[in-house]
Amino acid sequence: MMQTDVLVIGGGPAATWAAESAVTAGARVILVDKGYCGASGAAAASGNNLWYVPPGPKREASIRKKADQAQGLVDEEWMERVVSTTWDRLFDLSDWGYPFPVDDDGVQRRSSLQGPEYLRRMRRRIHRAGVQILDHHPALELLIDADGVVAGAAGIARQDGGRRWEIAAGAVVLATGGCAFLSGTFGTNPDTGDGHLMAAEAGAELSGMEFSTHYGPSAAWGVHTKGRMLQFATLYEADGTRIDIPPGGSVRGIAMEREIAGQQVFASLEGVPENLRDMMRYSQPNYFIPLEKAGIDVFRDRYPLRMVYEGTVRGTGGLRVAGPECQTTVPGLFAAGDVATRELITGGISGGGAYNGSWAISSGTFAGRGAARFAITRGLRTARLRPDGRVGLRPERSGTAEPELADELITATQERILPPALTVRRTEDELLITEKITDGLWQTARAELGGRSDGRDVLRDRQAAAMIAHLRWITASALYRRESRSMHRRLDYPELGDQNYRIVVGGLDEIWNRPETGADERLAS
Amino acid sequence: MIEIVSKERCVSCDVCIKVCPMDVFDRGADGIPVISRQVDCQSCFLCEAYCPTDALYVAPFDHPAPAGSDQTDEEAQIAAGAMGSYRAVLGWGRGRRNGSRLDQNHLFGVN
Repeated sequence: MMQTDVLVIGGGPAATWAAESAVTAGARVILVDKGYCGASGAAAASGNNLWYVPPGPKREASIRKKADQAQGLVDEEWMERVVSTTWDRLFDLSDWGYPFPVDDDGVQRRSSLQGPEYLRRMRRRIHRAGVQILDHHPALELLIDADGVVAGAAGIARQDGGRRWEIAAGAVVLATGGCAFLSGTFGTNPDTGDGHLMAAEAGAELSGMEFSTHYGPSAAWGVHTKGRMLQFATLYEADGTRIDIPPGGSVRGIAMEREIAGQQVFASLEGVPENLRDMMRYSQPNYFIPLEKAGIDVFRDRYPLRMVYEGTVRGTGGLRVAGPECQTTVPGLFAAGDVATRELITGGISGGGAYNGSWAISSGTFAGRGAARFAITRGLRTARLRPDGRVGLRPERSGTAEPELADELITATQERILPPALTVRRTEDELLITEKITDGLWQTARAELGGRSDGRDVLRDRQAAAMIAHLRWITASALYRRESRSMHRRLDYPELGDQNYRIVVGGLDEIWNRPETGADERLAS
Repeated sequence: MIEIVSKERCVSCDVCIKVCPMDVFDRGADGIPVISRQVDCQSCFLCEAYCPTDALYVAPFDHPAPAGSDQTDEEAQIAAGAMGSYRAVLGWGRGRRNGSRLDQNHLFGVN
């Protein structure tokens, strides 16, 4: 069995910042990624805007403004920590050579990072600092020691015949991203919520799962959910009639309404002045290149839109943060990036855009330092480690599943979460139907799913289990919040109510909810 | 989704097999990568970005291109300038300037 002080699971920004922070704090670090550290996850595939504000009155004003937008649920102390840590860490990124744009005064603009370049730099940095990187090593389960402390993980090497690996570690940082239910949104398909499932098996709590309602606009035939340039778009009906965008309205809002109504809407950037066009292309290449490849000149032509679900990646919920070092509620287990709830800085609004990028940097930093401290203080335990994975890995009736079972379970799960009519406009009736369906899916998974021999099948089974668990947490939390707040909209409770607290959810066979209490919060800060 | 691996251009460096976060390629018997799991492709274009010889083409669609489509036609995509277009805009490759230097996102929406 391999051994290390800190094991980081994941390969995106939060994972690499955690690995960098842990190795700099003197820990030995191994990073295992499901895909390739540098290309995995939502950030590598796209642009990353950051919440990046200088210290002083400007920062204070920004925190106040965002706290107001968030309709409660945020923690201003956390907001301050996140924005100041992000600020400091971008000086490090600059020192490591990230090629920032420079303004006319020779000052670097650091509020936006281009994904491929950013993650390539981060990989290089942690490699040079001595982190051992294992690509295509998806983790499947945690290892728990005799004291009930997380002490490593196990998984498979999927490009090496699917052989099993086990790594003993003094502490584990989960940075496995959110869960986008294989909706196809580019960059998010590695994000199937595997980390949350492992954590929940060990008893970790989640929070904010009801705020998993975000959709991004892409071409109707595509997967590139890039919304920023659409602020300059002109919209048309299928018959060519121009759609007026009402004051206070947005292209996104209209596209969403039409999506729910089952009507196609068309967009064009025909109104954008010549002199901005190149600038736009270099700023958001992943908006333009897919359209160009499809033969569309977006500054002249119209193309059909659709809204694609983005799950908790651009929702805001995830593992509950139970301490300032991004501890989960399970000892030895830390959470960074989209796998953790971002409510502390966003409340119930989307973490997409600037929030998630800064959260990845800062929570990675907190979790990496915290995990290093925990591991070095407690020391490594390698005796009697218990593999903790269950549903999707170790079925109650092994060898009974049809090979298509995982795909069938995934499809059945997607049918209850991807349609915006179910997710954006919630009602108790539909939520109860989803609850009943997912109870059944979970029972089936528990009884039959797993135990296959091919490594890629093993991973597929485990992902199916993680996605069912996610839909159950989301559904239970959406039922529990009997009001409309931020991204969570209930048709049967259309007003903001008095549930001015975060909603905690947990459990696997039995799902439970409770309000987060003042005592929880004191622990966290 | 990934549609084209150019046998002409490929130098069998295996980098696409390694960097694809969705694990869609396998190494073929002749050293040229084979698209083994096309439906897993999420069109993130990162294989194109890392390919040193612009030998890959990822179509912009959420489904495999139909047979006979120009999206599977290497010559058509070379003629359209699409092979390597993402790598070019990123400014990756010898003699190019990093595309991130031209990032002007602050003009299109601020915090």
